[in-house]
Amino acid sequence: MVRIGVVVFPGSNCEYDAASGAAQLGAQAEFVWHSATDLSGFDGIILPGGFAHGDYLRPGALARFSPVMEAVARFAHDGGPVLGICNGFQVLCESGLLPGALQKNRGLTFLCQATTLVVTSTDSVLTSAATLGQELVIPINHFSGAYTCDDATLRALRENDRVVLRYKENPNGSRDDIAGVANGAGNVVGLMPHPERAMSTLLGSADGRVLLESFVTSNVTSNVAVA
Amino acid sequence: MNHFVIVDVTLRDGIADPEGSTIERALPALGFAGVTNVHAGKSFRLDVDAPNEAAALEKATALAERLLSNPVIENATARIATRG
Repeated sequence: MVRIGVVVFPGSNCEYDAASGAAQLGAQAEFVWHSATDLSGFDGIILPGGFAHGDYLRPGALARFSPVMEAVARFAHDGGPVLGICNGFQVLCESGLLPGALQKNRGLTFLCQATTLVVTSTDSVLTSAATLGQELVIPINHFSGAYTCDDATLRALRENDRVVLRYKENPNGSRDDIAGVANGAGNVVGLMPHPERAMSTLLGSADGRVLLESFVTSNVTSNVAVA
Repeated sequence: MNHFVIVDVTLRDGIADPEGSTIERALPALGFAGVTNVHAGKSFRLDVDAPNEAAALEKATALAERLLSNPVIENATARIATRG
């Protein structure tokens, strides 16, 4: 059975949703406290949403120095699938595992709403099961979600097809409508929207399933690749 | 010995500053005309134990670049100051 580790920082608050989302897709999800230094045995790691270390200083700035992040970096370096959702995306950017940074929203408004995303690359562990151009309704819930990066980084992201999700209508001032990006190998992905909160039509949308399904099933292929 | 250091963190040129522009837009309504180029940032005050000012500054600068600022979007400057 696919084992997914869900990292819990002091201040994380979406770990149960993320674990439930992975479990609904047949994975065995386990919480990993942020002091952990060993991630062996996991097929994928999720950094969930919330306010790691209170988001003091900047979102992700302190979480980056949690002991688990060295293990996450090694896991990612070895080709393991890593997914950062919302605060987890901010942590991955602060850690340098993904390019760019997340800034306060344009208009300084906390945004909690459904957004329509467009899949702009299927070459990542989060979007491999989706189709190019597919539209997904997935909620956002953030204050610092405006993706920003310098011109050279943006050019590289575009040229290498590293922007995996874009907002159809930009809600927060993100550069180039970017909602999610992947690293060069496609095994580390971060996004501000919450796919784990879009798992059931009864609760508004089931469009997050295709993303988490990609992630959960990516383990199989990436493990083969690493081996 | 301890040296008092102030670290200022500001957004890099070209990075959107929604806080600064919101403040700037509010100023005319408060009667402050002719104030432009408002930028928001952060200021940190530290006591740094080091043998001399140069060493304290070096330590504070490293800290500012590694933790207090995100070099992707921010600049950090450290300076020796006197408490007052």
